[in-house]
Amino acid sequence: MTAALAPGRRRAVLRQSLSVAVATGAYGISFGALSVAAGLTILQTQALSLLLFSGGSQFAFVGVLAAGPAGAPAAIATSTLLGVRNGLYGLQVSRLLGVRGARRVAAAHLTIDESTAVGVAQPEAPAGRIGFWATGIGVFVLWNLATLVGALAGDAMGDPRTYGLDAAAAAAFCALLWPRLRSADAFAIAAASAVVAVLLAPHAPAGVPVLVAATTALAAGLWRRAHRDPPPPHHWDGEGEPT
Amino acid sequence: MTTWTAVLLASALAFALKYLGHLVPASWLDGERTTRITSALPIALLAALVGVQTLTTRSGGVVVDSRAAAVGVAIVALLLRAPFIVVVVLAAAVAAGLRALGLP
Repeated sequence: MTAALAPGRRRAVLRQSLSVAVATGAYGISFGALSVAAGLTILQTQALSLLLFSGGSQFAFVGVLAAGPAGAPAAIATSTLLGVRNGLYGLQVSRLLGVRGARRVAAAHLTIDESTAVGVAQPEAPAGRIGFWATGIGVFVLWNLATLVGALAGDAMGDPRTYGLDAAAAAAFCALLWPRLRSADAFAIAAASAVVAVLLAPHAPAGVPVLVAATTALAAGLWRRAHRDPPPPHHWDGEGEPT
Repeated sequence: MTTWTAVLLASALAFALKYLGHLVPASWLDGERTTRITSALPIALLAALVGVQTLTTRSGGVVVDSRAAAVGVAIVALLLRAPFIVVVVLAAAVAAGLRALGLP
């Protein structure tokens, strides 16, 4: 099905996929380090990158769990809610790929922000399919290797606070949020959610403030006029807005 | 619940959501309201995580310490279009530096 594509275009798509995979894979190092700092073992950290495989959800999971094992249900809930968007990407990607059986299982597992962004950004379907698979596989391999490096490095360190790893986690959430703040409504939802979560923190068990704040902000955002936040949210070259 | 149970459960749910997206007819989620909720959900969750991770302690108290300064620097870096890894490393360096100077 991909034979229709000119060799030049094919190379261009593969090059784009590789650059996205390298950029994304690199921050698997920070995930690995933060995860062991949060109290997970190296094996548990690696299992998250292999099996959960969705950056935002993984950061959220270890972030909530850092407060203690009692936060486990809230960690699962936060990670799962953040994963809802991958389901939406799946809708677009399945139409693009048209695969079944084992290939569909593999495609589903690789359906994340980056693979979807590169896939749907291509003007022609064969290029989109190459872009999705190359980016998905590339990110998966590099993200997992980087996770291992980060986990081993983090494990060798002492108190994570000395190295500012708690602040690094906060900054990581900031950087994940940043590309989504594309409208006044998005900004209002974010501000409301952050304020409610912080105000609630002294009065609720770990992880619960995040869930309550997010649902409150969502409810408030529901009756506001639609904000524009084109899925998928990541743009890699600054001008490649999917149309 | 053990950490392993949580890891495997979260992983199973993450895959179920991804796979569900590949299975259901696309028309299911084309509604305007659905689109609004699903695009607002990550914004609300990530913002709440930023707030909690920056300003609260493990015991639930609200404090302004080196983390707030580090996140401030991270936001400036994001405004200057710094890549993810630079933002994260910069924030860690700021917090580590301030703590080395004796600040909380």
